[in-house]
Amino acid sequence: MFLKKVTAAGAFAGLMGTAAFAADCGPEGQSIRILASDFPAIHAVAGAAEANCASGAAEFTRNHTTEARQIMNAALTPNPAEYTSVIVANSTLTQLMNDGLVRPLNDLVEKYGQNIPENLLISIDGNIMAVAFMANSQHLFSRKDLLEKAGVAEVPSTYAEMIDAAKSIRDAGIMEYPVVMNMKTGWNVGESFNLAFMAHGGEFFKPGTAEPSVNSPAGVAALETLKGLVEYAHPDHLTQASNETQGLWEAGQAALGIMWGSRGAPILDDEGSTAEITSNTVLSAAPSVEEGGVPGATLWWDGFTIASNVSDEEAEATFAALASALTKEMVMANNDDAVWLLDGFTPGAAAEGVSATAKAGAKPYPMIPQIGLMHNALGAELADFLKGDESAEQALADVEAAYITAAKEAGFLQ
Amino acid sequence: MKHRTFFWFILPTLSAMILFIALPIVSVFVQSLFVAHEQVLVVSESCGPFGCTPTTSVDLEATEKLREEAPLGRFNGLGTYFNRSHLAIAEIGEAWANSDSLGTFWTQIYNLPFYNALIFTLTYTFVVTPAVLVLGLAIAVGVNNLPRALKGPSIFVSLLPFLVTPLVGSLILFWMVDGDGVIGATIQKIFNDPSLSLKASTALTWIMLIVYGIWHTLPFSFITFYAGLQTVPDDTLEAAQIDGASKWQTMIHVVVPHLMPLVSFVTLMLIMDNLRVFEPIVSFSAEAHARSLSWVIFNDLRESGNPLYASAGATSLLTIIIVIFLMMPVLVRTWRDFTRKSH
Repeated sequence: MFLKKVTAAGAFAGLMGTAAFAADCGPEGQSIRILASDFPAIHAVAGAAEANCASGAAEFTRNHTTEARQIMNAALTPNPAEYTSVIVANSTLTQLMNDGLVRPLNDLVEKYGQNIPENLLISIDGNIMAVAFMANSQHLFSRKDLLEKAGVAEVPSTYAEMIDAAKSIRDAGIMEYPVVMNMKTGWNVGESFNLAFMAHGGEFFKPGTAEPSVNSPAGVAALETLKGLVEYAHPDHLTQASNETQGLWEAGQAALGIMWGSRGAPILDDEGSTAEITSNTVLSAAPSVEEGGVPGATLWWDGFTIASNVSDEEAEATFAALASALTKEMVMANNDDAVWLLDGFTPGAAAEGVSATAKAGAKPYPMIPQIGLMHNALGAELADFLKGDESAEQALADVEAAYITAAKEAGFLQ
Repeated sequence: MKHRTFFWFILPTLSAMILFIALPIVSVFVQSLFVAHEQVLVVSESCGPFGCTPTTSVDLEATEKLREEAPLGRFNGLGTYFNRSHLAIAEIGEAWANSDSLGTFWTQIYNLPFYNALIFTLTYTFVVTPAVLVLGLAIAVGVNNLPRALKGPSIFVSLLPFLVTPLVGSLILFWMVDGDGVIGATIQKIFNDPSLSLKASTALTWIMLIVYGIWHTLPFSFITFYAGLQTVPDDTLEAAQIDGASKWQTMIHVVVPHLMPLVSFVTLMLIMDNLRVFEPIVSFSAEAHARSLSWVIFNDLRESGNPLYASAGATSLLTIIIVIFLMMPVLVRTWRDFTRKSH
């Protein structure tokens, strides 16, 4: 009897698998609608899910947009929600969780998540809220030819070494502004502060509360570090974000950069730059304050979630489709698009920086409900200090005051 | 017109205005009086690819219950209007008490987000508006005196800046003023200073934004005045000539008074337009040096996890009040003209 069943199931699976391989796509005839950011690695995952499971679904749509973060809360609020899944990152997951728009995945993981390693399950208080598949972080980019020319023997590993190296390059007359960083006023300058703040061991909030604690010795030290670095960055640095810094790097106008790991592959590829620049670009861990200290970086993951306001069948089909995409084959086919956290990944040159940063003990970007307000306050208030109009203490006091005003309005503080 | 007829005549317009202008403003005002509910925070363990850490999260059930009881949030009265992000009454009092000179007091005021944005917005409005009025009239007179064959092409060319979308126009200019761009590199050459950057200095950024604003709105005042110039009666101009008035005197004493109603109209439009300056700030990435009231509203709403509706509403209403305040002289003048004519 048992044997008969197994053979029948095997024959069925064989029939299903004639076209491709047999992915377990869960309930058939459901609608799967994915909202995601727009970069190659996300396309790879969502695309693999579509290839595996679109045939069994009544509808399979993907919306890849850089504005995903801006529209996702509004899109998931109605019942039924506009999308059955959103592919998120650390900070955007809290944004959805704050409004209760994503569901716990424990039962779905049990049913479809055999291939998903334990450490990729993002759980909060035992509830699995997302499944991560790739990592990202900021780290150091160096031009080893220019460092050698300036007499710097090693790639810098601390902020002090980085500033010294920048000074040597300037003094040697190689480049007036060797440093590039994403310092654009707003989210980017806030994030740059976060990096240095983490390296100096800062805590954003008093433990267990929403009271700010950035106006601390660590905060002042972080600002001084930033100031020391931007001394060697182009005067326009407050208008430069990832696209601009990558452009400067590829144009050969920078020798030391703190940029996103996801920019590693585009910089090292053979487009947009010369062989002289790409072959001399070295990716290494983000600098720390002291040798062997915590790197000045925030670790990020990208992963998928399932919306609360959709039917259980749709949720199941969506989860099964996305889980079916996290395979060795998908990773191997798209190896250089991301730092995959999945089996089958062979870290290439473009992934070295992120791996080294993670190994050196960088901390993840805080998953705290009120971090968005703090980040916004940092982004708005630090420009005065970096322009030289204000002391570090005053700038941090302004950040706290702006944060407290916003947090009171949002209900985090009374 | 009989009152009854007038009522039926105005009814469609009036209802549209109530529906699309008055009600939204009332709604914004009501929302600005409330702040979000207390977020019930719980400490829990969060795990992921980078290990487990204790973290706080929002207790959804408790927060949801609060939301259902009072969907608008907690009543805060005018609290949002007076907090640090807006009128900052307490902070101003403190700054006044703590500062020993007007200079330090001024620095502290300038450090407050609302006043910082207000100062730029007003400077922009008060420089761009008169400049556009005068230059627009000058170009209109110039084009009007051109030979017939050249008029068409010059009108077309003068209108071009208006045809470019503000976001795109300012982005193009942003690339041009870059150190590697046409304008930026030329300026560096003229002043022989390779580190000179228009984007890195507050004063130069303001000038850049103002010049862009003038360039972009000039066609509007030009074309309005040009249309007005076609209506100046020839008899009056001839009479002025016979009386021996010079061209300049004719301009000041005949043409400008004739165009006065148009000047009021253009001024009103320009004040409203300039006070909501926004796109160039975003395109020029000028947030570090210049922020406008509209940018502040945008910034409050952009943090999509926790959009600050009350803050955005309060800034919007304060902007409306400032617009009305600024337009008052022009409105009073128009009203006087109207009552004088009707007698």
